[in-house]
Amino acid sequence: MSQSDQAITASGDHGHEHRDDIGSKMGMWLFLFTELLLFGGMFLAYGYYRYLYSDEFHFAATELSTSIGTLNTVILLTSSLTVALAIAAIQKGKKNFAIFNLVVTIGFALAFMVNKYFEWAAKMHHGIYPGADELLAKSNGEIIFFGLYYVMTGLHGLHVVIGLVLLAVMLVFVIQDKITKDKYVALENSGLYWHLVDLIWIFLFPLFYLIQ
Amino acid sequence: MANGTVALEEKSFYEESTNRWNKGILAWIFSTDHKRIGLLYLYGISAFFLVGVLAGILMRLELIAPGKDLFEPQFYNQLFTLHGVIMIFLFIIPGLPAIFGNFFLPIQIGAKDVAFPRLNLLSWWIYVVGAIMALISIVLPDGPLDTGWTFYVPYSVRSGTNISLAIMAAFVLGFSSILTGLNFITTIHRMRAPGMTWFRMPLFGWSMYATAWIQIIATPVVGITILLVVLERYFGIGIFDPTLGGDPILFQHLFWIYSHPAVYIMILPAMGVVSEIIPTFARRTIFGYKAIAMSSLAIAFVGYLVWAHHMFTTGISDTSRIIFSLLTFIVALPSGVKVFNWVATMYKGSIDPKPPFIWVMNFIFLFSIGGLTGLVLGSLATDIHVHDTYFVVAHFHYVMFGGVGTIFFAALYYWFPKMFGRMYNIKTANIAAALYFVAFNMLYFPKFIMGYMGMPRRYYDYLPEFEAMQQISTVGSWLMGITMILIFGSLIYSMKKGKKAHKNPWGGVTLEWHIESPPTLENFHEIPTVKTEPYDFSQLKEMDYESK
Amino acid sequence: MSQHDNNHEHHGIGYGGLTLVWLGLLALTSITVSIAGISLGEYTLFVAMGIACVKSILVVNYFMHIKFEEPIFKVFIGISLFTLVVIFILTYFDISFR
Repeated sequence: MSQSDQAITASGDHGHEHRDDIGSKMGMWLFLFTELLLFGGMFLAYGYYRYLYSDEFHFAATELSTSIGTLNTVILLTSSLTVALAIAAIQKGKKNFAIFNLVVTIGFALAFMVNKYFEWAAKMHHGIYPGADELLAKSNGEIIFFGLYYVMTGLHGLHVVIGLVLLAVMLVFVIQDKITKDKYVALENSGLYWHLVDLIWIFLFPLFYLIQ
Repeated sequence: MANGTVALEEKSFYEESTNRWNKGILAWIFSTDHKRIGLLYLYGISAFFLVGVLAGILMRLELIAPGKDLFEPQFYNQLFTLHGVIMIFLFIIPGLPAIFGNFFLPIQIGAKDVAFPRLNLLSWWIYVVGAIMALISIVLPDGPLDTGWTFYVPYSVRSGTNISLAIMAAFVLGFSSILTGLNFITTIHRMRAPGMTWFRMPLFGWSMYATAWIQIIATPVVGITILLVVLERYFGIGIFDPTLGGDPILFQHLFWIYSHPAVYIMILPAMGVVSEIIPTFARRTIFGYKAIAMSSLAIAFVGYLVWAHHMFTTGISDTSRIIFSLLTFIVALPSGVKVFNWVATMYKGSIDPKPPFIWVMNFIFLFSIGGLTGLVLGSLATDIHVHDTYFVVAHFHYVMFGGVGTIFFAALYYWFPKMFGRMYNIKTANIAAALYFVAFNMLYFPKFIMGYMGMPRRYYDYLPEFEAMQQISTVGSWLMGITMILIFGSLIYSMKKGKKAHKNPWGGVTLEWHIESPPTLENFHEIPTVKTEPYDFSQLKEMDYESK
Repeated sequence: MSQHDNNHEHHGIGYGGLTLVWLGLLALTSITVSIAGISLGEYTLFVAMGIACVKSILVVNYFMHIKFEEPIFKVFIGISLFTLVVIFILTYFDISFR
């Protein structure tokens, strides 16, 4: 399989069928940089307002639950491990172990979203959401803090959902043997995306949940 | 070749489809061939360009005399916004990379296609979706947006026009730009022909590489900015709303962190095209190849560090104003390096003044004026005097239209025979170039003077003392309209009826001149092995070219 | 054409190594959570960001395999991060000197 691939590339046959795993990964990394800069803009806004409203930010952050944040951190870190294990497994041809790890990863992703749902629901129940009278009664710095909180964790949540769908598709591909020991770059790229989601959270977590 | 029979028949890419439809529109709009995609962009982008031109001519018509002539002020506001949005997001940003980058980058580096052909098609579709969103926002009941193309808050949060849809269109178009950029970077890294080292790559490739990096790193920042404005409009999150503690200056930072580098997304490919055309028509290798290649990267990098020179009068700190002013002067250096190297290339060359070369001469003149007046704006004291006047309008039209727009035509005239296999009328092209030069200076040069005298930009009305110059400018806009009709009319005619072009009508030596006109589906019968630097004209002796 | 090696030599660090990295990440998380309670004044933010950076380096190098990829990938990451940092610093020149 791998030999015939190389034979095709060497003979310079059809550009459309040629396969370049490093090129694919390069494309994926370049895409990840766009995600990095997308969140980078948000982090810039965060830093800007944290500088302007330092005290209000500390005060507002006491409303957030450190334990839920920590729980979600552990969930995401562990799911990052399982997706890395799934790739390592497929490289070794261990299909079942890969499937197991992907299922666990998807489970963790769902757990993260469920947690997020309860966290947001509780906030909204207390009247802390953009445009709510209770929130508008607070100081400007607190309004901005919660504005940033909803936008940044919301955008991150959206990425979790996208990653979840991507991994579910990969799971199907592994089951159908479209992703195998010799051809797994799609799984690797989805894994990269999932790790990026984890990386963003690594920074969101201390900036929102740990600044009391 | 595995299936050599097909290759030997020499069908051009017009006759060979990449999908299951052999003919008709479906064979085009679902084609993954980089050349077809490039042409699809050409048709779409040219159409929007003409709409933008029309909006500009209408604006000038309103300004032919003081007071109300044709439209209500609100319609005038929408007209200049439309002109800006269409020209920036639908014409000039995608213009050169998406059309000529798609068509010629793979050929110039000796590849059969880009690295991700299907992604390439997707990015064209995303462009179409963005364009349709922008068009819908014009016709919906609340009316086209009226904020100017910069969407500054807080007005863009308050305005009752169709802001959200229009700026989401910009978001979508940005996504298309990103995908094109990441495709090109991967293509350049992974698909170069054997022997095509980095320093044997044509300079257009270098400029596309630098451009692609800006597309990837800068575009997401405006993406998030646009999302925040939309969220602000719907949910009132407070980030850009001063009544809730938000700071509008943050919007301007975020906006210009993208939109200043975006200026280099526009101009860098144009500079790349100039570096292709000048050696071909001077019959001489480019002077200072490495300096030009590296100055592209330098422009791309330093271009990130100067964004706040758009904000000198908004109340940012003095420290940052001084820093940004200094950095702005530095960005002029690599542009100067390029201009000097181009001129040095022509020195003692045997110049053959064909239309593409004449258009490049237009470019050098107009772009130099644009660049030098940029220094006036980059310097703090003078900027205070002329900011938000016609001076700024004149400056960026000289840089953007006189720079990138001129090169859009130069590139079209240079590569037209390769793209369509037919030749246009040389004399008509020369007349168009001359007419363009006159029209351009009539249209925009009076704006430098009016701006210096204090005529503010974007105003619906003006004082009587500006009347003469406003009228010169308006007449210039008519002349420009005629020039456009002449250019597009003659080129569209030549596409169908022009005489068959030689495969190398100019005597160029980069790889695109070694292949058929129009190229075959996979460009090369055999992937070439590159043994020389890109502009080595000694190889012309063995090449088949149209000599005088 | 630049080298097309689709030969599947996996470097990487195997199940055991990945698990070890994960344990390290959990340890760093517990450190950053417990430190958050202590008032370090101005340094709180820097310590928290420092720990987050160390965690990111672990994830990028091992989970995302960057340690074992071609050097050009590291250059790419460098370019992106450097740009981001520059944008932060230049914006900071505005708000901190107003």
